[in-house]
Amino acid sequence: MSASANPDFAIDVKDLNKHFGDKHVVNNVSMRVRKGEIFGFLGPNGSGKTTTIRMMCGLLKPDSGSGTCLGYDIRRDSADIKRNVGYMTQRFSFWDDLTIRENLDFVARMYQVPGRRDVVQKSLEDLGLVGRAGQLAGELSGGWKQRMALAACMLHNPMLLLLDEPTAGVDPKARCDFWDELQGLAARGVSVLVSTHYMDEAVRCHKLAYIAYGKLLAQGSAAEVVASQHLSSWAIIGEKLVQLQETLRQQPGVEQTVSFGTVLHVSGTDADLLQRTVAATVAHQGVRAQKIDTGLEDVFIYMMSRSADNFGDRP
Amino acid sequence: MSRRNGFSLVRWWSIVRKEFLQLRRDRVTFAMIVGIPILQMALFGYAINTDPKHLDTAVISADNSDITRSFISAMKNSDYFKFVGQLPDEAAGRDALNRGKVLFVVTIPAGFTRQLLRHERPALLIEADGSDPIAGASALAAVNGIAQSVIQKELTGPLAPLAGSPAAFDVEIHRLFNPEGITQYNVVPGLMGVILTLTMVMMTGLAMTRERERGTMENLLTMPSTPIEVMTGKLIPYIGIGLIQSTIILLAARFVFHVPFFGNIGAVYLVALLFVAANLTVGITFSSLAGNQLQAVQLTVFYFLPNILLSGFMFPFQGMPKWAQALGNLLPLTYFNRLIRGIMLKGNGWADSWPSAWPLMVFTLVVMTVAVKTYRRTLD
Repeated sequence: MSASANPDFAIDVKDLNKHFGDKHVVNNVSMRVRKGEIFGFLGPNGSGKTTTIRMMCGLLKPDSGSGTCLGYDIRRDSADIKRNVGYMTQRFSFWDDLTIRENLDFVARMYQVPGRRDVVQKSLEDLGLVGRAGQLAGELSGGWKQRMALAACMLHNPMLLLLDEPTAGVDPKARCDFWDELQGLAARGVSVLVSTHYMDEAVRCHKLAYIAYGKLLAQGSAAEVVASQHLSSWAIIGEKLVQLQETLRQQPGVEQTVSFGTVLHVSGTDADLLQRTVAATVAHQGVRAQKIDTGLEDVFIYMMSRSADNFGDRP
Repeated sequence: MSRRNGFSLVRWWSIVRKEFLQLRRDRVTFAMIVGIPILQMALFGYAINTDPKHLDTAVISADNSDITRSFISAMKNSDYFKFVGQLPDEAAGRDALNRGKVLFVVTIPAGFTRQLLRHERPALLIEADGSDPIAGASALAAVNGIAQSVIQKELTGPLAPLAGSPAAFDVEIHRLFNPEGITQYNVVPGLMGVILTLTMVMMTGLAMTRERERGTMENLLTMPSTPIEVMTGKLIPYIGIGLIQSTIILLAARFVFHVPFFGNIGAVYLVALLFVAANLTVGITFSSLAGNQLQAVQLTVFYFLPNILLSGFMFPFQGMPKWAQALGNLLPLTYFNRLIRGIMLKGNGWADSWPSAWPLMVFTLVVMTVAVKTYRRTLD
């Protein structure tokens, strides 16, 4: 009953389920990642992203469901998957008490990388860490740790990268560099599944999936994900938006209000009703309203709060 | 499509290297390796082996003469015995021993002096509380010397011919409560097993849980390594540590405690190696079972106590009830104690050692199998 090993897909999983105790952490998740694609995996904390990724690379056994990673069955062939996939854990999981070079060298030995010394040296040069190769990994700053971790899981030239929040806690410049690297890898045919919380990163992905409370709520390109929720949105620009937000929230047709400082986004599924409400409310407030394209962030917040309503009783 | 993931020497060696590198940087552990044997040797070795003096002694004297008085005062002068009083009869003597009021009861039988003068070689009786065998050992060892000096001193003049004979009188020693009659020399070789048990099980117990607590286990599991590679790879450095500790203890035994050494040094290292392996498998199993480092330490203590109490290290094995002996027979330390004492003190060879050696091998194999079975390949 395994999913067909379609050569176009780096990841092809169907109906994955995982329970921890009586918690249904991953609920019928199906996902397809094309080769050479950067696939963004989004969702609030505790939504099951990490668990899903761990099931894909053989670190956890799914309770039910099937699928393939690079054509290998995720249940049977976890040894093959481990050899061919690069997995970067959410938490830095290299050895703090080994130096950078020792860490890379250990990983290269474990994967039996041919020409180990040269590969490690090249990796250090690419990282710009040759001068600090003898420094303990534990002494690196957050951004450098992430870069070292990415370099380490690239040593064996995997054709699929699973990256679990690789840029959490990393400064914007380092994040930007990191994504440039990812895009370079994708251009060379490496498939990347990356989980993130950042919108600017989400828009750099070719495809997105949004998961909340273990359920996959939307999947597709950014435009497809936005379109799938049929939201129309207005931006309200002006002063004293806090009170206005309170008022608007009670009005018919308004399903979501999100404040971005001097701009307030108002969204709803009934475009006509929303337009009338906005027009009526804005008229005597001295603010300006303007129809906008619904953004990814609006959609994500919408999906998250809707799923919270549906599954809110579940912790 | 799925290739079997066989044992790879390259991966195994990379794990061994990693463990050595980490160990080299872990100063605390390194200090423990050298420090624990030295500290415990000093503590137990001296605490148990100090030559105790002024031990409470009672006398049941049915004969009062110059010679018996001289014998008693010679015992006093030796500093080993401290006389706390006279007792009326044997029953009172046994009672005092039972209650632990005295460690020794010296009985001088009626007519002792008369028999002595008639060349009848009478016997003095010393009953010793053997439940604390270490306490009495050196005192008892001194008794014959005391007897000899009394003979030399008292039997002069017309009685001189008596002194020349093998012994004018005998001192009979009865050790009560202690069938094995352990002497202090038994303690130091036994300590070797105790120290190895504690450090080996604890250190390897922490080996895997440390990876889990630091989050590096997830990384290790992501790599294409088999349980056997990871577990044995992690154990190798500790075998070295075990042998270093054994050396420290053997050197201390020889040069600090002057334990006699009759056996083959190669045999000692061989059984030490066997014993270290047995303990490492226990540790690595605990490491798989325990969720965190604290639990691993708790499991170690849970394992350590019966090892001390039931292995014959602290209490004579033959003195234990059958069920306790059965329990003791499951513990590697029991066999190691027999092996090491046999080899060091009796000069036992391979044939003598085999009955205690094969259970250690079986134990190691069985526990290693359990360890590999309990190794979690996933994070479930």
